[in-house]
Amino acid sequence: MKSENVQLDHKIIYDIVEPGSRVLDLGCGDGSLMQLLASGKNARVQGIEVSDEQIYKCVARGVSVFHGNIDTGLAEYPDKSFDYIILNQSLQEAIKVEFVLNEALRVGQKVIVGFSNFAYYKARIDVFFHGRVPVTESLPNQWYSTPNLHFLSIHDFENYCAHKNLRILARYYLGEHQEIRFMPNLLALNAIFVLSR
Amino acid sequence: MKKRSIGIVETKYFTFAAPPDEMLLESGQKLGPITLAYETYGELDQNRGNAILALHAFSGDAHAAGYHNGDEKPGWWDDMIGLEKALDTDKYFVICSNVIGGCKGSTGPSSINPETSEPYALDFPVITIADMVNAQKRLIDHLGIDKLLCVIGGSMGGMQALQWVAAYPDRIRSAIPVATALKHSPQQIAFNEVGRQAVMADPAWNHGQYYGKSRPERGLAIARMIGHITYMSDKSMETKFSRKLKEGDYSYGFQTDFEVEGYLRYQGDSFVKRFDANSYLYITKAIDYFDLSGQKLIPTGTNINVHFLVIAFQSDWLYPSYQSQEIVRKLKMRHMDATYIEIKSTYGHDAFLLEIEEETMLIRHFLNRLYYGTGETDLYEI
Repeated sequence: MKSENVQLDHKIIYDIVEPGSRVLDLGCGDGSLMQLLASGKNARVQGIEVSDEQIYKCVARGVSVFHGNIDTGLAEYPDKSFDYIILNQSLQEAIKVEFVLNEALRVGQKVIVGFSNFAYYKARIDVFFHGRVPVTESLPNQWYSTPNLHFLSIHDFENYCAHKNLRILARYYLGEHQEIRFMPNLLALNAIFVLSR
Repeated sequence: MKKRSIGIVETKYFTFAAPPDEMLLESGQKLGPITLAYETYGELDQNRGNAILALHAFSGDAHAAGYHNGDEKPGWWDDMIGLEKALDTDKYFVICSNVIGGCKGSTGPSSINPETSEPYALDFPVITIADMVNAQKRLIDHLGIDKLLCVIGGSMGGMQALQWVAAYPDRIRSAIPVATALKHSPQQIAFNEVGRQAVMADPAWNHGQYYGKSRPERGLAIARMIGHITYMSDKSMETKFSRKLKEGDYSYGFQTDFEVEGYLRYQGDSFVKRFDANSYLYITKAIDYFDLSGQKLIPTGTNINVHFLVIAFQSDWLYPSYQSQEIVRKLKMRHMDATYIEIKSTYGHDAFLLEIEEETMLIRHFLNRLYYGTGETDLYEI
């Protein structure tokens, strides 16, 4: 048991995924979440990642990954061919957010979306009092170096799901070290939603 | 531990398919007896589960690693095969055989036809990548290996790896096709055809009947020069030669002014010393016929359990990465466990012989997971 090393968002996603699930991690980074799911949940994991440096790390972890851009879609995969599609901190980096999310909902029974909350109170302080684009624990980059192309709040995402008739099966709000239960749109750094059509 | 060469090695020979049990070829013709030249490195483990078949590219041979007694140069993939290398001979038993149709000890057009006691020349039947693989499978049977841990190769070697997947999926645990394609494109066929025409346009070729006489060296050298252009990239040629002159000034004639001319002439001239012109024709044709597109790689309705590592190189315009991505698309459709990477490189198609560090990292980890069941990074777990 080495739970102290595991990031909170990974811990939450780990608890969501049932043992033996087929999982596709879009924008899987260094493959740590996939390794977690493969070793602890015996999940059949596959990643897609755009950075070649991250691919070497995935291979070193013993997880399988395709070098590619999630914006090009998942055309090769039949409908509902995965139990879970994971979009953890990657949807806001996609160019075609709706297309990527719709593809994820098509090929996955369920989609786990994790994103940084732009309406976090410190971000609001940055904008309102300092007149700056926010830099927070979950949005650590400057405006010129951020990989994020889209900025959204928890409310934005809930509204979007309602508008598009997406079912929210579960939602989790994350502080720095623990889950947030109170006023998440103000107090949560990150959110994780489990969606289906 | 540091990387080391395996030292002195010897080529071995395996002969099979003696008449009347000739091997049936894809064309419907028969060939036999067939000899395969092969080398092995490392030791088979107790369960015979650590065997890797390395598959050579167009002009390669069975001598993949180590040194032949008295030679200064090691085998063609010595950078990748040896102690602590990508194919670690401390852990794995590595096999490499010369393809049929070749001229490095395996049966090919320059071999003696037992019926006539003369070289086959153009009486040698046209062979395909599938025929090459069928012959290799006989060698693997002969070596008593039920299941290969991996088949790996670049370029034409990658085609053979894919052919193993298509023909004998239950005999392999994994495949690593590098800088290759499911089928040759018209552009690739075109380059091969120009090479063949250069050979056949040489009067010395004489419809393939040149054995014991002067050989079609000019034609074959030109074919090889074209080949070398396609193996490099614009950038690697710029880096290697730019417009550097051999003598410091223009000759205002048709000598080799530019270093790139000298390089191509040297490559052409050294190739003809080690390669048979008819083998050039047969093997390029086999490559052109190769086509595992559609459902042929993994036929519909079949279930296979093969793990893949597909590798392409950024500046490779002879086997561009879109062709590797086509392989990957097939694997995705069938939910195969697979990793694909396009390695950053400026070397063009030659990269698969040169980007050793990157390939080593990927291949070592990939094989490690298969053989030992784990990744090498510290476990990240709950």
